[in-house]
This record gives sequence, C-alpha cells and structure tokens, in this order.
Amino acid sequence: MSAGGLEVDLEVPGRVRAAFSARPGRVVALIGPNGAGKSSLVHALAGLVPAQGRAHLDGVDLLPLSAREREVGLVFQDRALFPHLTARENVAFGPRSRGVPRRVARERADHWLGRMGLPELAGRRPRQLSGGQAQRVAIARALATEPRLLLLDEPMAGLDVGVAMALRLELARHLRDYDGVTLLVTHDAIDALTLADEVVVLDEGRVAQEGTPDDVAAHPRTDHVARLVGLNVLRDQEGFTSFRPRDVTVSLRRPEGSARLTWSGPVASAQQHGDAVRLLVDTRPPLLADVTPQAVAELGIAPGREVWLSVKATAVRRYGAVPEGR
Amino acid sequence: MTRDPLGRPPAALMVPAAVAVLLLVVPLVAMVAATDWATLPEQLTSEPVLDALRLSVVTSTAAMLVCLVLGLPVAWLLARVAFRGRGLLRALVTVPLVLPPVVAGIALRSAFGRTGVIGEPLLELTGFAFPFTTWGVVLAHVFVSLPFVVIAIEGALRSADPVYDAASATLGATRWTTFRRVTVPLAMPGILAGMVLGWSRSLGEFGATITFNGNYPGTTQTMPTLIYVARQSDQDAAQALSLIMLALSIAVLLLLRDRWLGTP
Repeated sequence: MSAGGLEVDLEVPGRVRAAFSARPGRVVALIGPNGAGKSSLVHALAGLVPAQGRAHLDGVDLLPLSAREREVGLVFQDRALFPHLTARENVAFGPRSRGVPRRVARERADHWLGRMGLPELAGRRPRQLSGGQAQRVAIARALATEPRLLLLDEPMAGLDVGVAMALRLELARHLRDYDGVTLLVTHDAIDALTLADEVVVLDEGRVAQEGTPDDVAAHPRTDHVARLVGLNVLRDQEGFTSFRPRDVTVSLRRPEGSARLTWSGPVASAQQHGDAVRLLVDTRPPLLADVTPQAVAELGIAPGREVWLSVKATAVRRYGAVPEGR
Repeated sequence: MTRDPLGRPPAALMVPAAVAVLLLVVPLVAMVAATDWATLPEQLTSEPVLDALRLSVVTSTAAMLVCLVLGLPVAWLLARVAFRGRGLLRALVTVPLVLPPVVAGIALRSAFGRTGVIGEPLLELTGFAFPFTTWGVVLAHVFVSLPFVVIAIEGALRSADPVYDAASATLGATRWTTFRRVTVPLAMPGILAGMVLGWSRSLGEFGATITFNGNYPGTTQTMPTLIYVARQSDQDAAQALSLIMLALSIAVLLLLRDRWLGTP
C-alpha cells in the first residue's frame, strides 16, 4: 500500500460497497445512476455516514475519525452555505473552527474568494448570490480548510448550461493546481471527460467499471454509461459489444444480407439529436438509433411503430469479458 | 368577499365557528366596557398594584432566562441527538404542560418544600428554602413554562435543515462550535418565539405560584394572585388589573405575529 493518496475499500451497509484508489493530485469521477450509492460513498468518506472497511488518506485511516477530524472538504450537492453568514464568513468558518485566529481566517477567506473570482462578493449573503456564485463560494469554503481529499457532490447540478460550462472550465483550472485527491460525483459525461483523470462507475452499490475517461467512454460496461456517452452496449457471457447509434440501420422489414446483427421492437421515443433524430427502440435490451429526418418521414416512424434495427459486423466493437478485477 | 370556486361555506360549519369567535371575544370586550375609566389611573398607581406588576415582570423575566438556559439544551438534545429513551424524555418534559397548575404547586412542595426531598437537605445545608419567597415564584414559573419553551424551541431546531450542522462538522467545527455558530443562529426566530411564549405563560401563572408560595405582597404576590385577592374585596381594582394583563397579552401576541411568526 502506498502512503500517498486515497485507498478506499469500504462498505456502507445496504447502500454501497466500493474499492478504488487515487494518487495525490488526481481527479476521480464517480458516475452512476441515481441510487447507485455515489452520495452514500461520498458522505461515508466525509464521516457523515457510518461505514465499514478502510479508507486511507495519505496513509491515515479515515474511518475511525469523526467528520471534524478528517482532512476532507465536502461541497454539498445543494451547497449548504450558511444562510446567516456572509460569503467571507462562510469561507472563514473552516479555518476559524480549526483554531486559526479571526484575522488570519478572514485573510484566508479573501484569498480563496479572490482565487474563485469573487473578491467583490465577500460581504454578500448566500441568498444574494447566483447559483454559479454560490457554488464558487461553496468550493472556496471547502478548499480553505486545505483538505487532502476534496469531495464534490454534483457540483454542476441545478446550474444553467452556460453557467455550468464556465464553472467547469474554472474548476478544471483549480483542480490542476490542487495537490490533494479530488472525488467528483457527477451524472454528466462531460464533467467526467473534461475534469477527471480516472472514472469509477458505480451501479447498484458496486463498482461496475474503472478506468481512464477515454477508456470508459469507449468501452462502457453499464447501460448508464453507455447512455451517457451515447453508445449502444450489449452484454453476453463473452463480454461486451458496443456500436454507435449512427451505425444502426432502421427498416420496416427484416433486413436481408449477411454479417449483420438484427433486432426488432417498437419505437419508444424519438428526439432531435444534432441534425439527426435519435430513436430509442424497445428491443431487448433497448437500443439507440440515429436516422435522418427524411428517413423518419419516409418510414412513417412514430412511437409504437414496429421497426427492425441492424448493424454491420464491421461497425461493432467487442471487448473484455471480466471487469478489471480488484 | 370573492366567490369561492368550491362553493359557499356550509352553515353547519359557519354557525359553530361564529359562536366560538363570540365566546372568545365577548368576555374581553365586556371587561373593557365595564372598566371604570375615571378611577383607572388611581387604581393602577396604587402601591400593591405597582408591587405586583413589578414582581410579575421581574419573576417572569427571570423565569424566561432560566427556561432559556435550561430549556435550549434539552430542546437541542431532543432535536439533534439520537439516543434510547428520547421519546420517554420528551414525554417526561411535556407532563407539566398538561398538569393542572395546582397539582404542579403540590408537586413542587413535595420536592422543594421545607420538608421536601430536595428542600429539606437544602434548608439544613444553606438555611434557604424556596417556598414563600420570590425565588419560589421563579421556581414555580420555570416549572410550568419550561415545557412550553422546550417544545417551541425543539420545533424550531427540527425545522432547521440538519445539512448545515453536517457542513459545519466537515469544516472542522466541534459540536459546541456548531451549536453556537450554526444551530442557534439559524433557529433564532423560533428560540425568541419560545422565550416570549414562556414569558407570557409565566406572567399568567397562578395555580402553582399560589399553592407553592402563598400570596405575600412584595415577595410572592404577582398580578394574577393580586387579581384573585382583589376580586373578593374590590371589584373595580380586579377589573383594572385584568385590563393591564389583557394589554400585556395583546402586546405579546402582536410581537410574536409581526416579528417572528410571519403570519398575515
């Protein structure tokens, strides 16, 4: 076991069981559907939920420590800024609680608010801040305690698309400079791809996949990730098969010809996707298919209509049978 | 009145509601109407009245502060700490709320009377006894008001989102720091409302006070006990005193509504 970074092998009974590790300075994205155990895992690492097992941070086991004794910063999903304190007082709260003199804590708060680009908002209360500003204050508050592990629980949740994009870029810059471990809970593939060095996929309370963002995006092993990155993934005894929705051909009759995989089922939904229309078809399992708007009109596609899907064997990728074991 | 889209309120509900309102309002209006306004200033400035008023305000305020110091921790315990017997503790704390005040006075006597479980050793050790003293009045007030204060503050603490306590802990705060800097400030409106509630409950307290402390002008005679005595000898004085109490009660109500409860 290495001394630096995060080594986790823990269980929150009934919620999640996960093992993974991260070196200092790395950003790990934790993705998975609702109920996969992401928040439980994060709260267990913060010390807010009891857990069994071990979670070593720079060689120190966190689990026997109370929340306040851990060198862990948590940015809550709903931010949880203290509504009765100003932005500066919010950020200074951590240092003050750890015994830093009032004046020094204030200076440190101003420093962090400055780094987050909010020096002029120090005197405002949370309700006077926009969503993006409040999220920056929340991040500054977590970082001001100089944690060795930074936990970000859905930091972009509830923000407008443009605001989220700006915050994502800014966060990427800060995380590059941060020498502790960052654990980023997200349900957004863009967050994982742009911010993370590694991705841990949780599904039904277990680690379903682990790898670099590129690898996970190219070889998804769960329906959730497949949907996130817009790929079709099929699972069988020998491994996984994936293909892009635009490589799928849609027809009303069973397609002829060799070297094709075929399925049939009713159209469940149709949505604009770029300049194509993305169909979700209720085959077993459900698959995505991109067709042109003209094809939709010609084939008379509407929800409930039975269609055949096929894909050329050459457009299909097959990979690993056994998830990388830990 | 705008038309209610659901239909006209039924008479079966409107009539009892009107009776209820009249029942509550008429006696108060009648009392104000029956007041002899000519002699009122004189009545209100007599020495027994001023003594009783002073004593009432002092003891109620003291009781309120004691209720805050003792009640806030109990409320916090009930609202924020999971432990076995929490339901039992809440029930025990709430009993005086439903207890007849005279019974409260008898109970206090059994505990703090000169021969009481605590009263007797206290008297032997210090020469001090609660009954028939101003301290006894405060004690009786605390006994009957504390449950109100605890229940009100517990409600306020419960309605504050516990996520702030969690955030405070992850930032390195001890529970004491969290209590001082997060929990209490966020629940402050409810805490103040609880204190006002406790104060007004003390102000009106009669049964336990007179049972435990008697009725001595200057030391244990509060407004309600003075009204009780005056009622038998001097109707006009009782009327005048009651008017003061009514005015104080309305003031408390207005204070609660406008400042803290936020109801229209």
